[in-house]
Amino acid sequence: MNYVALKMLFGDRAKYLMLLCGLSFAVMLIVQQGSIFWGLMIWSQSGISNLNVQIWVADPNISQVEEVKPVADTSVQRVRTVPGVEWAVPLFKGVVRARLTNGEYHRISLVGLDSATLIGRPALMHKGRIEDLRTPDAVVVDQWAVERMGGPDVIKVGTVFEINDKKARVVGIANIQKDFQNIPAVYSTFERAIIYAPPERRVLSYVLAKAKDGEPVEEVTRRIREQTGLGAFTQEEFGWKTIQWVLKNTGIGINFGTTIVLGFIVGMAIAGQTFYLFTVENLKQFGALKAMGTSTFTLARMIILQAFTVGVIGYGVGIGLATLFGAVTASEGQLPFVETWPLLTLVFGSLLAICTFSATISIIKLAKVEPAIVFR
Amino acid sequence: MEIETRDESEPIAPSHAAAVKVRGVIKSFGRGDAKVTVLRGIDLDVRLGELLLLVGESGGGKTTLLSAIAGILEIDEGELDILGVPLHALSGARKTRFRGETMGFVFQQFNLLPALTAAENVAVPLLIAGTSRADALQRAQAMLTRVGLGDRTEFLPANLSGGQQQRVAIARALVAEPRLLICDEPTAALDGENGQKVMAILRDVGRAPDRAVIVVTHDSRVFHYGDRIAELTDGRIVGIRAAPTAPLHPLGMTGVRGLPEAAGPEAQP
Repeated sequence: MNYVALKMLFGDRAKYLMLLCGLSFAVMLIVQQGSIFWGLMIWSQSGISNLNVQIWVADPNISQVEEVKPVADTSVQRVRTVPGVEWAVPLFKGVVRARLTNGEYHRISLVGLDSATLIGRPALMHKGRIEDLRTPDAVVVDQWAVERMGGPDVIKVGTVFEINDKKARVVGIANIQKDFQNIPAVYSTFERAIIYAPPERRVLSYVLAKAKDGEPVEEVTRRIREQTGLGAFTQEEFGWKTIQWVLKNTGIGINFGTTIVLGFIVGMAIAGQTFYLFTVENLKQFGALKAMGTSTFTLARMIILQAFTVGVIGYGVGIGLATLFGAVTASEGQLPFVETWPLLTLVFGSLLAICTFSATISIIKLAKVEPAIVFR
Repeated sequence: MEIETRDESEPIAPSHAAAVKVRGVIKSFGRGDAKVTVLRGIDLDVRLGELLLLVGESGGGKTTLLSAIAGILEIDEGELDILGVPLHALSGARKTRFRGETMGFVFQQFNLLPALTAAENVAVPLLIAGTSRADALQRAQAMLTRVGLGDRTEFLPANLSGGQQQRVAIARALVAEPRLLICDEPTAALDGENGQKVMAILRDVGRAPDRAVIVVTHDSRVFHYGDRIAELTDGRIVGIRAAPTAPLHPLGMTGVRGLPEAAGPEAQP
């Protein structure tokens, strides 16, 4: 009877296409919004992931990576004395203004790396060498800085601009994850960065550290907290802390959550109603099948097969459309779009819920059908 | 149209064994002041090998009786013995299974599945019974050939005429070789010519020595296809008579009065 069920489903083309559209739209909406949301979350902690170090040490009250609360200069040494720490280096992070030779001003995110080790360096260099940061007035900009500050004709290796009236010379262009605030990143050495930055009593933004091989990172992080009184987090912990701050302090979570829930509800409403109508319009046929000896259980199985078949097809179409959207927007770099397996699994679960709902209301209707309907 | 008919040298003689025994069946709908009693103590036998026509005025209870005999409507009182099985005593699920194993149905509005071809529609009862799709389709095609639609097996119902659709419905009803064929106004949606063809098929292909056929009809032009005619009025059997041997004049008779009384205990009003 599975064959009959599928023929019934595909045979009513108008209803089938309406069902498919409703489900595909719901899947596309949920996947698209979910992927953008997740992309934004990744952007929000790109200030951490771009540096890719095991342990971040900061002010104990810090809430997220961009909210810099400088700590005492002695903190680096204190962290180095904690058992299990292999190394610890200083990091400067702050937002300053850059002035181009054409007179334009731009806000930039200035990152000052330890000059000896350059720990926290960008993983990929598009042009130039990161080691050239050690040369006088050298800075490395990210590819987004090139885009935001005037394009490749304005910002290129050799370009000179000013940061706080001090000379900065581009020696390289790095490929890094875009920042949540969409501010160009400029890398320098720690020593040079504190010259660029406005004078402050404390200039050490973070201490970056690594656990010795064989030492559990979480354990070393705990020891740093206990021994120094500073805040110490693994990269993952600090990333999640930042994501939680963004969700709590911006409307992103509510906005995207609302759209995702609406997509779910709209999908459920369209699919549920259409499928119910499909069943009601075929009620006499189902009644005839019942009269001919088909059990209610078999009819329910047919309905479930129909609902889940169109659901799986709608899932594929919806994912395809969302991925196409993501490919187009991601190629232009306008929107973060990160499709993850957990998201796709979650959407599949949501779709199963929609299909189960649709099938259930139809089965309830069907269970009440008197086969005598066929004689009316 | 070629319809495979039975060898006329071997006429079917209805046996005295009853395929259907209806005793004291009462059925009401509604409650309190709105309660309407549709069947008021029906007694009726349908013999094996017989084609019984169930006639009467609209609202007289024909369809209700048919539904009760088919086991798709619960009766309030009485007994229904179908092919030796007390149908009234079976559970809903067993009734459904019993229907699938022993009964075939022809409906007034055909109730074909519009997305299925003629052959696939005919194969449905076999698929319900668990026959493989290939076997079911093969048998369906053979049955369609028997009702004269061997060249229409791949047609969708929408591409068939009303008469052809009803022949598909008859093929569907017969394909699983049921022992009781139940037909509800099979000619009502058809013109006179197609109505005659459908009744001819029911008589020639549907009727068999080990099978009973019950046909509810209003159409006096097809009375001569039956063996006996039972008239139901106001929820009671008011007469059972032998069917006419020749077609009645379409304007000359709308009921069965005037036909000779049939013999047998169930003939009592």
